[in-house]
Amino acid sequence: MRNGFITGPVLGALWLVVISTTIAITMSFATGAAFRPQVLMSLLWGAAAGLAYVRFPARHAPARLAVSALLGLSCLTSLGPVVIGPETSLQATLVTILSMAAVMHVSLAQILKELPFGELTRHEFEDAVIRFCTGFGYIFFTAIVVIPFYVMVMTSLKSQQALLQNPLDFSIDLTQGTALFRSYIELFRDFNFGSYLWTSFFVSVLTVFITLAFSVPGAYAVARFRFQGQKAFSRSILLIYMVPMIVLALPIYIAFSLTGLRNSILGIVMIYPVTTIPVALYMLQGYFRGLPTEVEEAGLMDGLSRLAVIWKITLPLSLPALASVSLYVFMIAWNEFLLAFMLLDDPSKFTLTRGVTMLNSSEIPRQHLMAGAVIATVPIMALFLGLERFMTKGLTAGSVKG
Amino acid sequence: MSSATPPTGTGALAKREARLAWALLAPTLVSVSLVVVLPLLAIFWISFKPFSLSDLRPPAPVVRESLRGSGDDLRIEYRLRNSSQDIDVTGVTLSDTLPDGVTATAGVTAPCQLNGRDLFCDFGTLTGGQRERIRVPVTLDGDPDALEQQIEASEPKLTGSGPNILTNLDFSLENYARVFDGSEFWGVFWVTLFYTVFGTIGALLMGLFAALLLNKSFKGQGFIRGLYLFPYVAPVIAVAFTWVALFDPFSGSANALLVQMGLRTDPINFFGERPLALIMVTVFEIWRYFPLSFLFILARMQSIDSSMYEAADMDGASPFQKFWLLSIPQLLGILSVLFLLRFIWTFNKFDDIFLLTGGNAGTRTLTVNVYEQAFAISNIGAGAAVAVVILMCLLVFSFVFFRFISREEGL
Repeated sequence: MRNGFITGPVLGALWLVVISTTIAITMSFATGAAFRPQVLMSLLWGAAAGLAYVRFPARHAPARLAVSALLGLSCLTSLGPVVIGPETSLQATLVTILSMAAVMHVSLAQILKELPFGELTRHEFEDAVIRFCTGFGYIFFTAIVVIPFYVMVMTSLKSQQALLQNPLDFSIDLTQGTALFRSYIELFRDFNFGSYLWTSFFVSVLTVFITLAFSVPGAYAVARFRFQGQKAFSRSILLIYMVPMIVLALPIYIAFSLTGLRNSILGIVMIYPVTTIPVALYMLQGYFRGLPTEVEEAGLMDGLSRLAVIWKITLPLSLPALASVSLYVFMIAWNEFLLAFMLLDDPSKFTLTRGVTMLNSSEIPRQHLMAGAVIATVPIMALFLGLERFMTKGLTAGSVKG
Repeated sequence: MSSATPPTGTGALAKREARLAWALLAPTLVSVSLVVVLPLLAIFWISFKPFSLSDLRPPAPVVRESLRGSGDDLRIEYRLRNSSQDIDVTGVTLSDTLPDGVTATAGVTAPCQLNGRDLFCDFGTLTGGQRERIRVPVTLDGDPDALEQQIEASEPKLTGSGPNILTNLDFSLENYARVFDGSEFWGVFWVTLFYTVFGTIGALLMGLFAALLLNKSFKGQGFIRGLYLFPYVAPVIAVAFTWVALFDPFSGSANALLVQMGLRTDPINFFGERPLALIMVTVFEIWRYFPLSFLFILARMQSIDSSMYEAADMDGASPFQKFWLLSIPQLLGILSVLFLLRFIWTFNKFDDIFLLTGGNAGTRTLTVNVYEQAFAISNIGAGAAVAVVILMCLLVFSFVFFRFISREEGL
């Protein structure tokens, strides 16, 4: 098994299956035309290519280029790694052939880098396998993450008719101008989405502030003071984290129905922070523990009270942690679905997630639902990408330890 | 005698500190116990009661007031009924004041009495479905339309209430009997177990794989890390509906792709067939939560001391050996903590399955069953009983968790 002339073709064959499937799916999603990967042909061509790449070690050896070009061109016949449907445009066909040849050449050269033709050492063999797995991993993860979001955005820009005609055709006609965004325009005009957006924003921001107001003192107390029941307290925070929301939602629904808080933004604003306080408390106390006590003690020596120490010393020092916690809490509140779904029935008071649920009916076209999903996703994604550093930190602190 | 022992008990400073600590914790404690502890107790209470969605409105008297007749035969009519068909309402009284310009011409019948402009009736008990009608003959002095509006706008005051199922002391085990009845419960239980176990392990393995990919610095590493977190950060509602759209049997791209690639001739109903639907929701769970495991495993990996790997290189360890013999033992702690936590959270998951299939096609887990019982069948009591079963399971899990976590994290 550990011979270059075996490892090379095996990896080459498997790699071409990956590449041809990827290119076929990408081209299908981009153009809507028919592209079909052929596993058997891919295996054969890939094995041939693998053999050539191991046999001729020069980076751009003519044999390497020739076999890549050949397997690219073979897509024109029915014997290639990818079969191109008869009604595909010339442009798409050319792109397919070129990308097959180019991608295969570059990536296979990388995977089989410095792999000798004869017997392999354990290192050489494992390195090649790892490079293969890495390449596969990048393609696989990127595909599974990107495809749903791509489908979401593209569907929202299409018409119902076009979708039913060819569900694979995501190419968009840019000449139609603003008509492209008709689903969005309709959502904002007829479905009140502007107000939902505002409600969601308002509720989330309020949740962040209330959560911080409750959890900062609590976290400080748990982190800094010694008192009876401290340990039990930090454990019960974790325990609360493990109670499923649906179990709590049931009595809350009953209580809110009886007190008339159901269907009111006030009720939502009352309940959201309580779901986030335990998380925030846990994240913050971890951070406070890491702060040096000496600074605070100096403040105490100089005559500040404890509360003044928290306000003037601890909080300014923990601004990065507060940013992480705020972002995390904002995300939870923005994405919250269950409570909004159960407690809000009045369309004038919906949050964004509740509004999108309303669009999930057979009478409302699919692209409206997807447009609603995009509207709900874009703000949180923008925030996430802009403040990724804080967000990642918040996620790391909030979820495993909390 | 014991002059050399340190002082025992708490000093004044320690006491003051503890007081401040409790004062700072008080808001959190109060709010959390109101919204978490109280509902948990309520769940236990309700689970022993035959409580349905319609009982949220306890039986009460309902009245409609209107001006009827014409000319000499003008009268105000009160139509009173019990809102419930089979439960008695006790202590029913009605009181109202006639507006200015309306004069009663004759007396009223028992159980009512008219005192000047004030009408008062005492009905005592209204049996289920009972209706009463009271006529007050009147003459109008002024614009009849305006007066009619005035009469109908003034709401008569009503008292009287039925028994409240929530607060009385009748308990029954009926809900539990219903929940555990037949094979349905075990079906739900196995579905939950499958979803939880495979969802957890799958997300963990995917996260490990993704973390291995990104555990080296290269240009664009930050971007790819951000990209791989997308499924977790996006609202569940957006991604769940996207998956439903993507795998739709009629207009879904996934089916179109399969047909085009010649793998299928007829479309597959991914979220509507047993057991495929269960596998699909598990795959969704893995897809949505692998970023979380990925993030933690990556953070742990980056904190492993690199000198250990250098030593291994010197000793000639191969890449696989380094992975199995160095990385995995180092990661075992975080992996097991992640497994336990994710196990509990996957067990608790409701939104995802509810949005994807609504619990149909053999995907009903325990949490979805709470909703089904309480709202679809409108039997809140039975829903609460399922919730109690969930809590019992969680109690076992968290026991294991704390025994384990105490060792792992020193918590």
